[in-house]
Amino acid sequence: MNDVAIKATNLVKKFGDFVAVDHLSFEVNKGEIFGFLGPNGAGKTTTIRMLCTLSSPTEGSATVAGFDIAHQGNRVREHIGLVSEKMIMYDRLTAHENLRLFGELYDIPRDALRERIDELLQVVNMEKWADHQIGTFSTGMKQRINVIRALLNEPEILFLDEPTLGLDPQSTNEIRDFARSINDDAGTTIILTTHAMAEADMLCDRISIVDYGKIVALDTPSNLKKVITGADTNVIELNVPNITQTLVSDIQSLSCTQTVTVEDETHIRVHASGDEACDNVIDTVRSGAGQIRSIHNVEPTLEDVFLYLTGHKVREQVADKVTTKEPSSRHGASVRSRIR
Amino acid sequence: MGLVMLILMPLFMMGMVGYIFPSNSGMSHVPVALANLDAAQGNTSLSTQFVAQLEALNNKTGMMDFSTVGSAADVKSNIQNGQQSAGIIIGSNFTSNLQTGKQADVTIVNDQSNPQTASLIQTELTQVIQQMGTQTATYGLNQTYKTPLNYSLAQVAPYNVQTTGIVPGQTNYFEFVAPGIMGMVVMMSLMTGLPHAISFEREVGTLDGMLAAPVHRMSILGGKVIAQTTRGMMQGIIVLMLSIVLFGVVVQGSIALILGILLLGVFSLVGLGILITSFTSTEETATMIMMTLTFPMMFLSGVFFPISQMPQFMQVIAQFLPLTYAISALRQVVVLGVGVQAISRDIFILFGFGIVLLSAALLAFERAMKR
Repeated sequence: MNDVAIKATNLVKKFGDFVAVDHLSFEVNKGEIFGFLGPNGAGKTTTIRMLCTLSSPTEGSATVAGFDIAHQGNRVREHIGLVSEKMIMYDRLTAHENLRLFGELYDIPRDALRERIDELLQVVNMEKWADHQIGTFSTGMKQRINVIRALLNEPEILFLDEPTLGLDPQSTNEIRDFARSINDDAGTTIILTTHAMAEADMLCDRISIVDYGKIVALDTPSNLKKVITGADTNVIELNVPNITQTLVSDIQSLSCTQTVTVEDETHIRVHASGDEACDNVIDTVRSGAGQIRSIHNVEPTLEDVFLYLTGHKVREQVADKVTTKEPSSRHGASVRSRIR
Repeated sequence: MGLVMLILMPLFMMGMVGYIFPSNSGMSHVPVALANLDAAQGNTSLSTQFVAQLEALNNKTGMMDFSTVGSAADVKSNIQNGQQSAGIIIGSNFTSNLQTGKQADVTIVNDQSNPQTASLIQTELTQVIQQMGTQTATYGLNQTYKTPLNYSLAQVAPYNVQTTGIVPGQTNYFEFVAPGIMGMVVMMSLMTGLPHAISFEREVGTLDGMLAAPVHRMSILGGKVIAQTTRGMMQGIIVLMLSIVLFGVVVQGSIALILGILLLGVFSLVGLGILITSFTSTEETATMIMMTLTFPMMFLSGVFFPISQMPQFMQVIAQFLPLTYAISALRQVVVLGVGVQAISRDIFILFGFGIVLLSAALLAFERAMKR
């Protein structure tokens, strides 16, 4: 119990009839970077809000930093920091004033607070901007302040809700490095939600893949990827100059094929199982009068893992042509299949 | 900018309202058409004397500007095209009636498109003419029967009616409207401030920042309430100062009591504000709902017009609005200078409203923040 930072038991959150979080149970160990990976609407933010005591669960319970979220709310809040999707700052106050305002909510003695603010501003290279109004900052700068605001009380657990969403590449990298360094130096447990696979892959010790309010898989990134290879599935990248619907359905109809995804005008990604999967696919393309510019048997990414486990892509919005068969066997995780 | 608006808004409201609505003491140089249709004209004509007397009296106050017109039709058309606001028609039998012991006819013509002015002019003219009548009769008795003037007066007009107010001085409409505006400004300040403090912050995320900190929910709410109350009180005080300095309102009662009533008014309404803002997700929606509620409240609570002049069902509605009691109490203190005793019922009711609404609001806030 002492090594567990968060323990959630059957958390449920309903908004009217809509079930946003569907009986989530998991444990987060102290000092680990734990990720929630999933599409928009999967219930990630709702779960975070419950753990931060901003929202009360419809059913279920959880302890954060050893305190019950329903009955020991104030104690929970003393030990957490929240970097939410929204900027928690007042535009008309300066960076310093904002930090002081929020810092004072935590009963930090004035001198210690001032030191801490200066220290944190330096770490994110914002000391020169301490006395400028936040409203004048760029998004990247605001996010840096947003992040250090959450660290004022030296929390045991830091919640990062889509911290790099909408940021320029430089700020994105900085935030990611920063997160890693907090974890390395101070041993802060970090809960990260994201729908950027690469981010989860590079930062997290363990990832839980969530879809429609349920945890579809929970493991280390490498173990998750082995789910695909372990099930003897290959991920094949094809570069085909002209992709036609016929071609796609031809590949689809192969018995070895699990999913076919058209990435863009010239790239197809196929999940297929079996030793002859590659050959079969090549033959099919050739016979369909298609040329193959290149073909790779690639390492599965988390995107592939997600697709494999849930039967759909993370970003459904764009008209990615995904054709799938009913999932046959799944390795270890339970999946709800859905008709889209 | 915000600070400028803070002061400009009450000033604007007071000015607009105060100067737009007519008050008795404010009327002057109202154009009136005068048609003397008396058959008898000239020095011996009683109507000529009548007109001379009327003009003499009018010169003292300057309330009306008489213009002579030729006929009743002229009077009518002048009022229709707006040249004059009223008319006096002296009947053709004026002199002959008086000389044969009958009443002489004087007709006052009203501009019905402007009922307020019409009513004031009508009252004023009727009064003046009746006074002139009393004077004439008294003088007539004195001449005919050689009775002393005051004895004659007592015969002609046995009842001497005096009107007096409770406090010295004439009252003007400003004194009626200033307490109303005070209450209204304070209320509006609250009703626009709370949506920003709660709904906007919830929208933008800063409320989450507060809620995720180890601060008691009630402290957060309390802080916002105090902030909005202060803002409202500041605007109320500005209205008070403007009323006294610029518009000549004389405050008969204690300023401390006025501030107390304003505070109580805030207390009674803040619960309602919190209830509404707790459940709306955007500042825009919250402000819209607030406006929908406060606008009718302004008119129904007697800010601009006395409630007693409203139809029955509106008076009933007014009973349920806390602002009604606040304004009534404020008026009594400002204009009549009463003490706590006299307004104890209003205080009690405001307090009651406050307790009920605030309790509901506290529960609602807790619940709403946990969604």
